[in-house]
Amino acid sequence: MIRKEMIAMLLAGGQGSRLGVLTSSVAKPAVSFGGKYRIIDFPLSNCINSGIDTVGVLTQYQPLRLNTHIGIGIPWDLDRNQGGVTVLPPYESSTNSEWYTGTANAIYQNLNYMESYNPEYVLILSGDHIYKMDYELMLDFHKQNNADVTIAAMPVPMEEASRFGIVITDEEKRITEFEEKPEHPHSNLASMGIYIFSWKVLKDALIALSDQNGCDFGKHIIPYCHNRGQRLFAYEYNGYWKDVGTLGSYWEANMELVDLVPEFNLYEEFWKIYTNNEIITPQYISPDSAIDRSIIGAGTEVYGEVHGSVVGAGVVIGKGSVVRDSIIMKGTVIGENVTIDKSIIAEECRIGNNCQLGVGEEAPNKLNAEIYSYGLVTIGEKSVIPAGVKIGKNTAISGETRPEDYPEGVLASGDYIIKAGDRL
Amino acid sequence: MKAIGIILAGGNNNRMQELSKKRAIAAMPVAGSFRCIDFALSNMSNSHVQKVAVLTQYNARSLNEHLSSSKWWDFGRKQGGLYTFTPTVTADNSWWYRGTADAMYQNLTFLKRSHEPYVIIVGGDCVYKLDYNKVLDYHIEKKADITVVCKDMPATEDVSRFGVVKMNEDSRIVEFEEKPMVAQSNTISTGIYVIRRRQLIELLEQCALEERYDFVKDILIRYKNMKRIYGYKMNTYWSNISTVESYYKTNMDFLKADVRKFFAEEPTIYSKAEDLPPAKYNVGSDVRNSLVASGCIINSKVENSILFRKVFVGKNCVIKNSIILNDVYIGDNTHIENCIVESRDTLKANTYFSGGDGIKVVYEQNERYVI
Repeated sequence: MIRKEMIAMLLAGGQGSRLGVLTSSVAKPAVSFGGKYRIIDFPLSNCINSGIDTVGVLTQYQPLRLNTHIGIGIPWDLDRNQGGVTVLPPYESSTNSEWYTGTANAIYQNLNYMESYNPEYVLILSGDHIYKMDYELMLDFHKQNNADVTIAAMPVPMEEASRFGIVITDEEKRITEFEEKPEHPHSNLASMGIYIFSWKVLKDALIALSDQNGCDFGKHIIPYCHNRGQRLFAYEYNGYWKDVGTLGSYWEANMELVDLVPEFNLYEEFWKIYTNNEIITPQYISPDSAIDRSIIGAGTEVYGEVHGSVVGAGVVIGKGSVVRDSIIMKGTVIGENVTIDKSIIAEECRIGNNCQLGVGEEAPNKLNAEIYSYGLVTIGEKSVIPAGVKIGKNTAISGETRPEDYPEGVLASGDYIIKAGDRL
Repeated sequence: MKAIGIILAGGNNNRMQELSKKRAIAAMPVAGSFRCIDFALSNMSNSHVQKVAVLTQYNARSLNEHLSSSKWWDFGRKQGGLYTFTPTVTADNSWWYRGTADAMYQNLTFLKRSHEPYVIIVGGDCVYKLDYNKVLDYHIEKKADITVVCKDMPATEDVSRFGVVKMNEDSRIVEFEEKPMVAQSNTISTGIYVIRRRQLIELLEQCALEERYDFVKDILIRYKNMKRIYGYKMNTYWSNISTVESYYKTNMDFLKADVRKFFAEEPTIYSKAEDLPPAKYNVGSDVRNSLVASGCIINSKVENSILFRKVFVGKNCVIKNSIILNDVYIGDNTHIENCIVESRDTLKANTYFSGGDGIKVVYEQNERYVI
């Protein structure tokens, strides 16, 4: 019988609606990051680097890009005879059929998958954080404490603690209390949404709470285990960990990569991050180019200037164009004499000649001022921008736009054009 | 598929200088992110040749490492696959490969156990893209015994290091001279051949009986009036890298947009994935007309050059008209002009390298202090 000590369940079904048009047709874990990667590459690489070779990836929202990216797991060495990566979408059964209604509910619906590996421990991960972490050390901690549940937690500044789920521990790191987004936090240890469960404990809890509507780890499973007096421990993590849940934090995390020695260093030899290398050719930099403080992906052709930006693979930046403080994703083509300031341009967009992005004063976005802020221009994948238009700050564009969509050739700050995908 | 493939990748020559000291020529890095053999392997894969043997001998380690998994070229198949044959001692043979024909003869079992009717024989030291099926169709249409893929070289090119051929109106090869002192034409053999498998076995066995070992000299040239040997002209990019000058030129060709476009189009060239982060340009970088591969970190001036993977360029350097192979560390204030810097090398700060009017191969072998 197959027996795996620890298997991982990676929750990748979320939409990540706060990323606006970036996730209108892909799941958040499939969004590009750092010129080459997708967000899910980080937990997947962490798994294989930690010696976990059995990973179930739970998908639900817009899974196509995610499925093609994962394939049979070759980039992460997760193509295994036993175990490896398995994509687990919601399914229909004879008695009931439902979508994944919550994080724990999704895991509950895949009890059979976990059972087939007969694990001792199950690692629960989410597919939307940027970090490097050795889960094996966390497992050692779990075993040492004879724990039932171990929650990875990291210290955050006290003033920000009220945004997180906070754990309060005794000297032995055993959790004594929880506070979900407390107004007056009593600790600054924030849960990172990474859990190790002893398999029996997880199974019992999932079955016991199977009728719970929208069953969630933070809201239901953990309190349930806690109330039954089970041994819950907090594993303190002090490395780099970034939640890229909002456009602002997503942009910031990318921009940090261009620092001289970035806090999150992708160039380290050990703990490599693996991804699907679709383009492997070198990038070409033309005689008229100027590039500094930037990272640029494979196969990209630069004929203009790039400053302080993250450019993905297979991008073309036309002659005379200037890109500043922006994220340009895979396969996007930028025409000539375009200026781009503080923008996020998703995959396979076409930007016409002489466009100006990120001009003028900031104004609150009319579609959703909370999502589209930070002064960013956000353009969803496969969008087309006609030549010669000016686009203001806090704007959102998605789909093939035409000159008539821009009165007097301008999209004012705070405005939006959504022609493809869902309106977010 | 109607054919199996054989890639001859065992050779060495002294015209590569230090570059072939630690690797086979077929394992030479090319165009920033490939190894030379990737072109032949990708052509095989893209032509749906499912069973390919790579014959290695000289510095086989480098190739074995590159070919450690066959999945990058899509050869991890139940039908067919990728085979690497290095000479082995057997009950009736303890020779190294004494030539290209001998190399194939020593692996006659591979040929005999296959059932595909044709064999495509290619070298591992050329950069090109070719659908072998087109050559095979031509071979069948001409009812040829052997088809040799040929290319017209520009009149300025010195062809004396190639096999030079002359064809009649029907494209049958009437003259074939190997490395002639004075070339009679500018049409050369690219070292790509199509032949019927049984025909090849027969010729190889005859050669072995007569203690002849070279495919070109002892089969093509010797049999050219007896067998129907035809030339197939290819007119797309083709380049052989087996001298320092041609290696340099082939790499520099990739600075031209049309060459890059030709190789980037479908079907693409595959290589082993290296999992390096994107290239990073720090303050002070000034890169012009250059190719930069993944994993590079650049802090200064780079012009008309090719940086292979994971090159680190320190502050205040000047790199001009040069090829820097993978994993080279270049210290601050270093000047490099008209050079090829060997891979995994460490160049100390404040040093000066210049090839003058020619091209210098830099092979320093300094210790690297890992920070």
